[in-house]
Amino acid sequence: MLKLEKRPQPSKAWVWLAPVVAVIATMIAGGALFALLGKDPLVAIRTIFWDPLFSEFAFFYRPQLLVKGAPLVLIAIGLSLGFRAGIWNIGAEGQYIVGALCGAGVGLAFYPMEGWFIFPLMVMAGALGGWAWAMIPAVLKVKFGTNEILVSLMLVYVAEQLLASMALGLMKNPEGFGFPGSRNLQQYPSAHNAELIAGSGMHWGVVAAMVAVIFAYVLMTRHILGFHIRLTGEAPRAARFAGVNPGRLVLICLGLAGALAGLAGMFEVSGPAGRVSIDFNVGYGFTAIIVAFLGRLHPLGILMAGLLMALTYIGGEIAQSRLGLPAAAIQMFQGMLLFFLLAVDVMTNYRLRLTWREVA
Amino acid sequence: MDLSSINPILLLASLMVAATPLLLAAVGELVVEKAGVLNLGVEGMMITGAICGFAIAVNTGNPLLGVLAAAAGGAVLSLLFALLTQVALANQVASGLGLTLFGLGLSALIGQGYQGIRPPSFPRLNIPGLSDMPVLGRILFSHDLMVYLGLIIVTAVWFMLKYTRAGLILRAVGENHEAAHALGYKVVRIRMMAILFGGACAGMGGAYISLIRVPQWTEGMTAGIGWIALALVVFASWKPWRVLLGAYLFGGVTVIQLNLQAAGVAIPVEYLAMSPYLITILVLVIMSADKSSAPASLGRIFHASR
Amino acid sequence: MTAPVLSIKGLTKAYPGVVANSDVSFEVMKGEVHALLGENGAGKSTLVKMIYGLVKPDHGTMIFQGKAYAPAEPRAARAAGVAMVFQHFSLFDALNVAENIALGMEHPPRLADLAGRIREVSETYGLPLDPFRTVGDLSAGERQRVEIIRCLLQDPRLLIMDEPTSVLTPQEVEILFQTLRKLTAEGVAILYISHKLEEIRTLCDTATILRLGKKVATCTPADTTARALAEMMVGTVLHTPERSGRALGDVALELSGLSVRSPSAFGCSLKDISLEVRQGEVLGLGGVAGNGQDELLGALSGELRSGPDMVKMHGRAVGMLGPMERRRIGLLCAPEERLGHAAAPDMSLTENAMLTGSLRERLERRGFLDWGRARGFAEAIIQRFDVRTPGPGNAARSLSGGNLQKFVIGREVMQRPEVLVVNQPTWGVDASAAAAIRQALLDLAAGGTAVVVISQDLDELMEIADRFGALNEGRLSRIRPTSELNIEEIGLMMGGAHDMEVAHV
Repeated sequence: MLKLEKRPQPSKAWVWLAPVVAVIATMIAGGALFALLGKDPLVAIRTIFWDPLFSEFAFFYRPQLLVKGAPLVLIAIGLSLGFRAGIWNIGAEGQYIVGALCGAGVGLAFYPMEGWFIFPLMVMAGALGGWAWAMIPAVLKVKFGTNEILVSLMLVYVAEQLLASMALGLMKNPEGFGFPGSRNLQQYPSAHNAELIAGSGMHWGVVAAMVAVIFAYVLMTRHILGFHIRLTGEAPRAARFAGVNPGRLVLICLGLAGALAGLAGMFEVSGPAGRVSIDFNVGYGFTAIIVAFLGRLHPLGILMAGLLMALTYIGGEIAQSRLGLPAAAIQMFQGMLLFFLLAVDVMTNYRLRLTWREVA
Repeated sequence: MDLSSINPILLLASLMVAATPLLLAAVGELVVEKAGVLNLGVEGMMITGAICGFAIAVNTGNPLLGVLAAAAGGAVLSLLFALLTQVALANQVASGLGLTLFGLGLSALIGQGYQGIRPPSFPRLNIPGLSDMPVLGRILFSHDLMVYLGLIIVTAVWFMLKYTRAGLILRAVGENHEAAHALGYKVVRIRMMAILFGGACAGMGGAYISLIRVPQWTEGMTAGIGWIALALVVFASWKPWRVLLGAYLFGGVTVIQLNLQAAGVAIPVEYLAMSPYLITILVLVIMSADKSSAPASLGRIFHASR
Repeated sequence: MTAPVLSIKGLTKAYPGVVANSDVSFEVMKGEVHALLGENGAGKSTLVKMIYGLVKPDHGTMIFQGKAYAPAEPRAARAAGVAMVFQHFSLFDALNVAENIALGMEHPPRLADLAGRIREVSETYGLPLDPFRTVGDLSAGERQRVEIIRCLLQDPRLLIMDEPTSVLTPQEVEILFQTLRKLTAEGVAILYISHKLEEIRTLCDTATILRLGKKVATCTPADTTARALAEMMVGTVLHTPERSGRALGDVALELSGLSVRSPSAFGCSLKDISLEVRQGEVLGLGGVAGNGQDELLGALSGELRSGPDMVKMHGRAVGMLGPMERRRIGLLCAPEERLGHAAAPDMSLTENAMLTGSLRERLERRGFLDWGRARGFAEAIIQRFDVRTPGPGNAARSLSGGNLQKFVIGREVMQRPEVLVVNQPTWGVDASAAAAIRQALLDLAAGGTAVVVISQDLDELMEIADRFGALNEGRLSRIRPTSELNIEEIGLMMGGAHDMEVAHV
């Protein structure tokens, strides 16, 4: 019979092997799922993972990889800091929405004035908006010990209602013939987060994501704050003994995560999305949770996981239009990936052992 | 604005209806947490139950079979969580989140062909004598079976936890799993059963929304009720009767804000729709001062070494 | 008195990398107290877990009351008549006494009837206990009573006790011994695990000594000297720490009226604690577990803040400072719990060296960490304190208790503290590591550091402390020089009687 046995120390190999095994297992299970839906599994898998990069229309899809990957990476980097410390911000979706609203709000307030300073102001407003939204669960946790998981999540629903109210009210395009949604920022040069190199998908959000990855890498490996974040997650009591102020850490981690999510929302609304609309958010804030775990809460891992997840989004869209694969199948596929990862992860700290005699 | 259009008797009656899904999901989660497991996948199990129940009820024409299917669906999904956290010893927070994300995707996938259909209507219980009473008859005694089932489950859970040996063992496992193991209790098996029970309850709660309260199927229709159920367990300090109280309180808030929307109060609809979530936060803040009644092993991973 | 209740033949149990028990055989007679003696890691716990059905032996057989005995689980062991009192109590804090006891029984009566039986048994054996009190509120001695009564209600033929006296005051030990003698007179056999030699010599009829998983000898302890027992247990002649006479300097650490609320629900708040420690002095603080030891360490390390003037270093008020600031001025601490408090289990020794050493060892510059230096510091600790590990890259949890403790104490000692506070420095540590740690503390004091040792091991405190005080319910007794104390007086100090009156137990 099989038995789990704790390893004397975490296996370095499995830390990196687990995501790979999880991806392969998900492809197999996903293939089975697609077969159940009456699609050829091999074709479906190829459509999702291969075609966006190497098919004849890849020139069209490849830029999308950056467009979809940037917000995921940006949000996941922020989340990973908190997750490392055992601080569970799962309301990034809300922080993303509020960041977008604040950023767009600043831009729309200046309309139709043109000026170089407008976009930087919007960036700041976006970060600040996300930060402020994340400060609500942070402050409540520090002051009253309120559970940050539930509060940050409740605020997602609140933010969604706020978004609806803005799209239908305050930010509605006065020249929009009564349709919901704001002015299109893509047609407002000072506020447009345009592609930096035409056809590359590269916009300021991608740059911000790269900077965030490098920043997080340095923070986690070389800085005392990163060390304290890891320490708090590993052994909270030892962290207090070392001199970590847990409340301060909650404020920092949630604040950074909120600011990054807010930035992601702001870059999205002023670039690829273009305007504030009721269905502006598409769940990046939740998918980023999967990205953070799949990337082992490690900045470089998150970068790769973000690109992989972006690939499933794009591939999913292709599969949707070409094979008629339902959009929900991709969502489930992503959930499955997280499951397999968590299951395989047991190998990092435990090893399987075959015992021939029955165990009590 | 016309507040007089709100009928207090109907309001109270619909309060019981609005509270039932919350009540079912929360009492299930209460049992899970009493066993020392934190399952954040309630929302995912609810929505899966909602579609399973809906699909079976539509296909068989029998809403009761639908409820059974919903319980089974929620339990099967929770089995995934149980395997991850109890066998593969995965982090409970991450696994619960994963369960919710997975459940949302799964339900959307199953629900493809079910949008815009009306499910068979659920039999409303008519208790001779009681249901005909003025006022009370309408508020208390003319609901569907599920409303009473919810109340029965809460009572049963309360009785089990307080007076039976099974309840004592469950509490012991949640309080100190190492000690329970040392006394020879099967920690993992007991927790698995609690998780399955929680899944079945959440599934039924979901089915109540899709079969009775709305009644139709739309993607993501649970809209955070699973998360509110989690908050409710904290609010209730892990006590079944207070879950009941809390569920009716939240049911009341939901019903009142819907009624105010319908009455055309001068507050934008979106702000009224926010209110249940904001009130949840407020309640969490008030209740979080007292953590002493939380099961001591809540969320901790158990591995029987040596 | 002649029939064996339990005979064990050739029990063997191996874990990956360790043989916990190898071919162990002995017999426990009816009505005797049989000691199982050995160092930490000698295999005592594994052996009793096999008898109690928690662990299955790889080889070997057991005969209990004339019948073959191989319990698959504790339930089967209890049904056969074997009961066990655990070292770390298997109790549930949030439940009451009666519920706790019901959980340990196969077919418990109704709670009201059970409460009656608990009162009955507790009076018969002189162990007063209220069945409806919440266990979390009980003292360590009372908690042990819960365990014992839980066992007695099952009419056991064999009672296993794992280190029962480590949490008791000397007076409570005396009560326990009376209870045990009463039980043996009724024909119950007791398997008594301990490493306290004097205790075994007064209580036990026979002793089986284990070393490195093997049986070394079976003897009659009353006929054997404590020294001979110790040498059988350890295998070598023990080295006793040396104290060099030394002059005391100025007052380094001063507590005046220190009162701190415990952060945990079942903790013990500190009440009006005052003391002084001089440079070069070792102050020993005894007391039964749970009487404010953790809180005192927290109040000194800076994890718990107090009024500024309640804690003074060289006359400077430091009560409001956090752990980092206290380290800066030379007040260092080593908490009791190695894994999770003093060290992060899954982090490497290098990272654990960084944990407290970043400031004084200059492993950090303006927030940026110098991992090279940290590794060097970890290597220096490993070398000087003879920590057995493949290298500083290994996780803290991969070390044995003794080696990790040497690392944790060494980490603080090497940072040249002005004041060092340690809690349970040798708890669960093998004899040679314990001796090395005590020697390091004495050497540090000889160099002019003020050392505060909080410990539940009275022998240890008598051996290394210059002055002694006891903690009881968060209060501190009067502090007296160790040289003028005897065990009776220490017991009274620990029981909270101070030096005014004799407690009526």
